[in-house]
Amino acid sequence: MVRKAVRPRLTTFLAARLGQAVLVLWAAYTVTFVILFALPSDPVARLLGGDGSDLTDGQIEALRQRLGLDQPLPVQYATQLIGVLRGDLGRSIVSGRPVGEILLEAAGPTAQIALLGLVLAGVLGVAIALIAHSVRSRTLTTLVLSLPPLGVAVPSFWLALILIQTFSFGLPLFPSAGTDGFASAILPAVTLAVPASAAIAQVLARSLLETLDEPYIDTAVAKGASHGRVLWRHALRNAALPTLTVAGLVVGALFSGAVVTETVFSRPGLGRVAARAVESQDIPVVQAVVLVAALLFTTTTLLVDLVTPLLDPRLGTRTRASDRRRRQDPEPSSPSSEGAP
Amino acid sequence: MNSRTLSAVAVGAAAVLLVAGCATPEADDRPDSDRAAVFALANDPTNLNPGSNVLGNDTAYVVRQLVDSLLYQNPDTGALEPWLAESYEALDEGRAYRFSLRDDVTFSDGSPLTAEAVKTTFDALVAAGADSAGAPLLVGYQSTEVIDETTAEVRFEVPNAAFPSAVATVGLGIVSPATQDVPFTERADGSAVIGSGPFVLESYVPDEATELSRRADYDWAPASLGEAEGDLIERVSFRVVPEASIRAGGLQNGEFDAIGSVLPTDVASIEAAGGLAISRPNPGVVFGLSFNTTRPGPSDPAVRSAVASAIDAEVVRDTAVTDVYAVATSSLGSTTVGWADQSDLLGADPDEAARVLDAAGWTVGDDGVRAKDGARLSLRIPYIQNFTTNLPALEVIQQQLREVGIEVELLGQGLEYIETLASGDFDAFWSNRSFTDGDVLRTTFSSTTTQLHLDDPVLDALLQEQFSVVDEAQRAASQAEAQRYLIEQHYHVPVYALTSIIATGDDLAGFSFGADSRLDTLAVAARSAG
Repeated sequence: MVRKAVRPRLTTFLAARLGQAVLVLWAAYTVTFVILFALPSDPVARLLGGDGSDLTDGQIEALRQRLGLDQPLPVQYATQLIGVLRGDLGRSIVSGRPVGEILLEAAGPTAQIALLGLVLAGVLGVAIALIAHSVRSRTLTTLVLSLPPLGVAVPSFWLALILIQTFSFGLPLFPSAGTDGFASAILPAVTLAVPASAAIAQVLARSLLETLDEPYIDTAVAKGASHGRVLWRHALRNAALPTLTVAGLVVGALFSGAVVTETVFSRPGLGRVAARAVESQDIPVVQAVVLVAALLFTTTTLLVDLVTPLLDPRLGTRTRASDRRRRQDPEPSSPSSEGAP
Repeated sequence: MNSRTLSAVAVGAAAVLLVAGCATPEADDRPDSDRAAVFALANDPTNLNPGSNVLGNDTAYVVRQLVDSLLYQNPDTGALEPWLAESYEALDEGRAYRFSLRDDVTFSDGSPLTAEAVKTTFDALVAAGADSAGAPLLVGYQSTEVIDETTAEVRFEVPNAAFPSAVATVGLGIVSPATQDVPFTERADGSAVIGSGPFVLESYVPDEATELSRRADYDWAPASLGEAEGDLIERVSFRVVPEASIRAGGLQNGEFDAIGSVLPTDVASIEAAGGLAISRPNPGVVFGLSFNTTRPGPSDPAVRSAVASAIDAEVVRDTAVTDVYAVATSSLGSTTVGWADQSDLLGADPDEAARVLDAAGWTVGDDGVRAKDGARLSLRIPYIQNFTTNLPALEVIQQQLREVGIEVELLGQGLEYIETLASGDFDAFWSNRSFTDGDVLRTTFSSTTTQLHLDDPVLDALLQEQFSVVDEAQRAASQAEAQRYLIEQHYHVPVYALTSIIATGDDLAGFSFGADSRLDTLAVAARSAG
C-alpha cells in the first residue's frame, strides 16, 4: 500500500523538478538576452571597435542586417529562442564560427581538468574533514579546520602562478602551458580543486561533528569500536549526505575557476571562451556560455535531488510523514529537524 | 584501522593522485629540431582571414606568415618596396594605381599569382563591407581592372593617396581566387585561406596553438630582408599563452623560442637572462588626450593649452611604461609615414599653465580647484582598459593637472567607451590608434570620421588634402602642417608612443617588427648554426 503510493509521487516529483530546471534555463537565457540587447548599446558599433570611421552607412547597415540586429527586439528574441530549441546556437560575431562548434571544442579540455579537479577536491575535502576529527590534539584540529577558509581565500590566480613557478619553472615536472597529455592537466586540476575541496571539507567536518554527537555513535563506541572505525564506518556515511548538497556549489566553483585557471595555464576551454566572449562582446557566445553554466547547475542539482532519497531511506519516509501531518493540520508544519532514525 | 592509519591513507591518496602525472615530463612541446620555433602569443589569433575585421596584433603576427602583400614597407626607411608587385605607379592623380606583378609567384595550392587574384581579393573585401577591416582602407574603391596576366589596375572614385601604404598591410594581403569559394565570414579558421606567404597553415586550435610549416618553394621574400643568417626555420608553432609572466618564464627555461606582448617592465629581466628584447614604437596616433571641444571646459583654448603645459610627458612615461617607450614628439609616432617632429611646441611648464588659466579668468577656489562663472574646472576623462599601463599613466596626469588646479575624473571602460564617446559625455579621451600611414590623423580627427566631436574646417582641409594629394613631398607637407595645427590648437596632447616588444632567444635571427610594428614576415627567420 505504502510502496505503491511512492511511485506516482516520484513521477510527479521528477516532472516538477524537470519543469523547474527548464524554467531556470529559460530564465537564464532570457535575462541574458535582456541585459545584452536592451542596454543602450550598439553591438555593431562595439564590433567595429569604433574603428569603422571610413565605412559607409550602407556597409554598416548591411552588417546589422546580416547579424539580424535590424529586427525589432521581440523578433530577435523569438528567432534566437527558436534556434536554441532546435539546437542552433548561432554563429560567433567575432569569428563567424558556429557557437555550438566552439563550445564543443572547448568542453573537452575543461571537462578534463574539472573532472580531475572534482576527484582531487573530493579526496582532499574528505581527507581534511577526517583528519580534523582523527587527531587528538585540539590545536591540530583547529589548524586543520582552518585549511578550508584558507583554500577559499587564496586567489586561484596566485596559486596557479606559484604552482607553475615551483613545478614547471623550478622543478621541471609539469608543462606550464597547453594541453599536451595528462601531465598538463595536473596543475590546473589542483588549482581548481583547492577552493572546491574547501567547500566539501567545511560542510563534511561540520556534519561529522554533529553526527559524532548522535546517540548511535555512543552505542558504537560503547560496543568497543575504535575511533577510526566509528569515524569511517558509522559517522562518515551519515555525514556524507549533507555534503552532497554542496555539489552544485562545487561544480559552480569548478566552472568559474576555469576562467582564471585556463588563462594562467594557457589551456583552451570553456573558461577561456567565456572570458574572451565577454571581453569582445561576442553576444551569441556569451548567451551560449550562460546557457551552458545554467545547464550544469540545474543538472547537478537535479542529480543530487534524485540521488539523495536513494542514499537516505529516511527522506522518503519523512516526506510521507510530513504530508500526512499537513493533511490533518491546516497550519503548515515547521520543517522537521534532522531526527535520529 | 586507527586514526593514524586513516589519516595516512587519506593523505596518501591525495599524494598518489598528485604524483600520478609526474611520470612523463612532456618532451613534445620543445622543438624537436633546430628547424622549429615556438612563439608564445598573448591572445588567440581568433580569425585567420586576412581581411576580417578582427585584426588584433596577434592576429596579424600569424596571418602575416600566410599572405604576402603587393608592396613591402621597409620598417627602417618607411619606403614602399617591391614584393608581389615589381613596381607600381599612380595614375589619374591618385584615382588609379597600376601594379606590375612578379610572374614567378605561386599560391600555396600551386596556382600562379595573376592580376585576377588581386581583383578578386579587393572585390571581396569591398563586398564584405563592415565585415572587413580591409574595406575602410579601400575608401572610394571602384574596381580592379585586369590589364593583362601580370598587370592590375585598382581604380577609385576619388584620389586615395593613402592606398599604397595600405596595400602593404596584412589586411590587404593577396589571396588566391579559389579562396573566394568559401563565404568571407566563414574563413576564420584559416583552412580556406590560400596565400602566397612563406608559411602554410598546418592546424589551428582556438585558444591553444596555430601550427605553420614553411613552403619549400618560397622564393619571393622582400629584397631588403636580406639572406637568412643560419638554418631557416621550417616550422613555427604560435602558442596562446595569455599570462605575461608565463611567457617570460617559458622563454627563460626554453619552453618558448620567442614571445610576444612583452611588458616593458619585463624587458630588463629578460635581457639579464640572456634573451633578446626587440622593441619598436607603433606607428599611428600616440597615446595622449584628445579634447571634446563641445564641452564648456575644453572649448576654452586656455584650458586646453593649460592641460598641455601641465602634463610632464617624461614623468608620465617613466612612471607608467619605463623608458622602453618613447616620449611623444608629435601626435604621430616617429615610425609613422608622414611623421614630423613637433618637439619645439611640446614640453612641460606648469607655471605657464597657471598663468594661462589665471589670465583666462579661471580662479583657484577653496578646494584648490579652479572655477569660472561658478563652473568648476573638472575634466571627465574616459580611457579603455585595454592596456594595464593606461591607469597608472592617467593617475600621474591626474596629479599633474591637480597641481595647476584642474580636477580630473577618470573613467575606466571596456567596449562601452564607444557609447561614452557617442554620447559626448566626456571632456577628454585617452587613447591611441595604430596605423602605418599618417592618414590615421584623418580617421582620428577629421569631422566626418572622428568620434571626438571635433569640427574645425581648417583641420579638415589639411586632413583631406593629405588624403587626396599623390605627390609625396606635398602630402608630407600637409601631414606635417596638420600635426602642427593639432598641437598649436591643443586639440590633442601627445604623451608617449605605444611600443611593441617581442623577445627571442639569442640564437634566433629574422624575428623582427614590420612597418606596422607587428611581427614581420618570417621569410628569412633562422636559427644561427652552433
